[in-house]
Amino acid sequence: MVAISKIATGNGHGEDSPYFDGWKAYETNPFHPIDRPDGVIQMGLAENQLCFNFIKKWVMEHPEASLCSAEGVNKFKETALFQDYHGMPEFREAVAKFMGKVRGGRVKFDPDRIVMSGGATGAHEMVAFCLADPGEAFLVPSPYYPGFDRDLRWRTGVELVPVVCESSNNFKITRAALEAAYEKAKEANLRVKGLLITNPSNPLGTILDRDTLKGIVKFINEKNIHLIGDEIYAATVFMEPEFVSISEIIEEVECNRDLIHIVYSLSKDMGFPGFRVGIVYSYNDAVVSCARKMSSFGLVSSQTQHLIATMLSDDDFVDSFIVESKEQLFKRHEYFTLSLSQVGIGSLKSNAGLFIWMDLRKLLKEKTFDAEMDLWRVIINEVKLNVSPGSSFHCDEPGWFRVCFANMDENTMEVALLRITTFMHKHNEAMAPRKLCRRASLKLSLSRRRDDFMSQNMMSPHSPIPQSPLVRART
Amino acid sequence: MEFTRKNRQLLSRIATNDRHGENSPYFDGWKAYDSNPFHPIHNPDGVIQMGLAENPLCFDLIEKWIRENPDASICTAEGLDKFKDIAIYQDYHGLREFREAVAKLMGRVGGNRVTFDPNRIVMSGGATGANETAIFCLADPGDAFLVPSPYYAGFARDLRWRTGVEIVPVHCKSSNNFRITRAALEEAYEKAQRSNINIKGVIITNPSNPLGTVLDKETLRSLVSFVTDKKIHLVSDEIYAATVFSSPRFISVAEVMQDMDCNRDLIHIIYSLSKDMGFPGFRVGIVYSFNDDVTNCARKMSSFGLVSSQTQFLLASMLSDDEFVGNFLRESSKRLAKRRHVFTKGLEEVGISTIKSNAGLFFWMDMRPLLKEQTTKAETELWRVIINKVKLNVSPGSSFHCSEPGWFRVCFANMDDKTVEVALDRIREFVLQGKEENNHEADKSQGRAQRWRKQNLRLSFSSSRLYDESLMSPHMISPHSPIPHSPLVRART
Repeated sequence: MVAISKIATGNGHGEDSPYFDGWKAYETNPFHPIDRPDGVIQMGLAENQLCFNFIKKWVMEHPEASLCSAEGVNKFKETALFQDYHGMPEFREAVAKFMGKVRGGRVKFDPDRIVMSGGATGAHEMVAFCLADPGEAFLVPSPYYPGFDRDLRWRTGVELVPVVCESSNNFKITRAALEAAYEKAKEANLRVKGLLITNPSNPLGTILDRDTLKGIVKFINEKNIHLIGDEIYAATVFMEPEFVSISEIIEEVECNRDLIHIVYSLSKDMGFPGFRVGIVYSYNDAVVSCARKMSSFGLVSSQTQHLIATMLSDDDFVDSFIVESKEQLFKRHEYFTLSLSQVGIGSLKSNAGLFIWMDLRKLLKEKTFDAEMDLWRVIINEVKLNVSPGSSFHCDEPGWFRVCFANMDENTMEVALLRITTFMHKHNEAMAPRKLCRRASLKLSLSRRRDDFMSQNMMSPHSPIPQSPLVRART
Repeated sequence: MEFTRKNRQLLSRIATNDRHGENSPYFDGWKAYDSNPFHPIHNPDGVIQMGLAENPLCFDLIEKWIRENPDASICTAEGLDKFKDIAIYQDYHGLREFREAVAKLMGRVGGNRVTFDPNRIVMSGGATGANETAIFCLADPGDAFLVPSPYYAGFARDLRWRTGVEIVPVHCKSSNNFRITRAALEEAYEKAQRSNINIKGVIITNPSNPLGTVLDKETLRSLVSFVTDKKIHLVSDEIYAATVFSSPRFISVAEVMQDMDCNRDLIHIIYSLSKDMGFPGFRVGIVYSFNDDVTNCARKMSSFGLVSSQTQFLLASMLSDDEFVGNFLRESSKRLAKRRHVFTKGLEEVGISTIKSNAGLFFWMDMRPLLKEQTTKAETELWRVIINKVKLNVSPGSSFHCSEPGWFRVCFANMDDKTVEVALDRIREFVLQGKEENNHEADKSQGRAQRWRKQNLRLSFSSSRLYDESLMSPHMISPHSPIPHSPLVRART
């Protein structure tokens, strides 16, 4: 037995979980409209695949954006050699401009504060390394993205303390909840260094209103702790109310700007998770400087910087893309939620994100997480949809599920809806008091495993089992 | 960077300490280059950059291949149908074709004496990320790694900064050509044990940066048996493997393992395309471990620094082209050999010797005869003269933690042929002038000698800053951190 590090032998990577079932089910039997029409449909991946035709058209019309085209190859050498961790100025300018446009032009971002990282994954880890020592803690409103457990804690040794939000008030982040979490940390002898909010929210798909944001800024300012705003879903806000960024609030509320930091990425807004474009934007000069040095561990490929710089410098393209993306997301979201409501399934009212927060509480045998797991297994194995159970997002109330709607084409969406409809009809029938039907489908299979609630397929970058269709698929 | 007390409270210890390695008096070297960069036409008297280990000699071959293979890009008409699949591909296993192509390249670079397994190829953010990931997997904060010196300046950051792991140098000496001896390893290990430092492994760089030499079979076997005996890890940074331009050939630790009794779970390789291919901007780092647990862990950690799928796709295509790769490797070696030879000869003519080397993008120059005294202070003074008077930005041995003052690393591949000539001319002039000065001084009386002393050989040093243990020069660390107006940011030629 060879000694490796504690980090390597622990399970801080967050992948040990009963939720492997969900991924396995999808993996061994992935849906394909022709080859495998009865396979499991992937609804656990928050990906934005709705605007690729739009993007590809631009790429075709702009060969100079590629280092490999006749028009761009003269830039190949200098780009391949460019490893300056400041990043290409055109890239930073284009990203800063894009961030401003996504916020309706209400704020301007400074290209010199744009620092690169290995995706949002790398950005979060980097911010934690800059702001907190091992053993210190961040507050995080729940439900929250499962990957935070790995990104913020694994190699940094930093702790997370949830700020519990409840469905009774639509999971609002209240002052009371913040104070309660802060106190809880104190009781556990954890020094709180900051508060991390995700706005728009994953998994809720909602945005924070102005008053809540102001309240949050006041809170962190009083406690003299950092505020990290993960705004990676900013451009996925597809209808009113309008997105309000932390960058806008700090212009209205007096606060110490040295405490304010934004994490951004192109993985969700543009649909480019493979390109690993993560951004740390801090109002604190020392953090910018430190993060920039750390970015060496996860710079954006200069080939990709070049492509993105060209693409996002094209004002016409960006303006149209933002509108097109909103439209597509709105249409898809509306259709999906309407169809669900028609079979009696509700979800949290949302106006952003690539998913909905589906309310299946009334389908639970009992209000427990075990019952949630049971229901989840039914959804995977019988309804054949890979959705994500609320417990993996540290939701304190069982019965909620995150369901992604933007990572599939329309036909697949139809199939998914049909399956849900069928399931609900069976369920409704079964609920009616007729003895004969008790034998029917509502018998929930119970293979219980209660553990640390993480789901493989909800973390990006994800770790599918070797034969992942993503490796295979070439259509 | 000055940190106010407020910052120290607000930020982490990592953010406010110096272990990123960039605070250093050696900023002078970069500043001198930056404020006065050489250009054959616009600035013929500027400082020539000889501190950057870059390999730009074969881009003509690469560009030709690019033009002939438009389907290697997801942006061309031929490749566009792959754009979506690639843009959404974030699987941390990495594209299968990419891993296969990299495994094949690693095999070829080692003379096809080893086959590398694509399933052990794990991505990272350049070699920078790879080295850090390896340490995170193998050691806990407070543990230490033995590193033979002189060694790459960036290790201080990559191995230590965020990991909390320490470096214990194993000092190698010029008397035996900086060989890594079993005795030196044992001594360093024992000394560490006595000081209660927990040694978790050894990191070697083969071919060596800054020496440009390769390790022979005997040394490699000795290293493998040393770590097996002590039950500690061996990390072999082989990022310069394909820069070997003359015999003896490169031998990977993977090859040596094959016919030895050793614990394979202790052996790990770091690879990258930054030096061998000349693609530092593409951030292609690889961790290749023979230990399954380490492979799995490193793969999960790769999420923090995956290679852009766009780049994976391009390289999978390029490196799968056997004919291209074979031709590239041959040409690259040829051109590096030629360039090295020009310098060796040119320096010999003026009596400057270098370590006999057959690899790397630099040579290890012996300036000990020119030191006022055999001290690091004198080395620093000589270095300032080389920068300010000779106008060459070279890297002083102390920044590589060399235990003997007087050595300098000089990069030879990152410039065109004309610039090479200018650099050699300047060196010749400097050395010959120095000889003249010495001759004159020997002939004259003290008073007149003083007058001469005021001229060229007077070493100006603008600071009496104390020698800092963590001497680092930004431009010697990749990725580097030039001052904002770096020509790399400006230059578009």
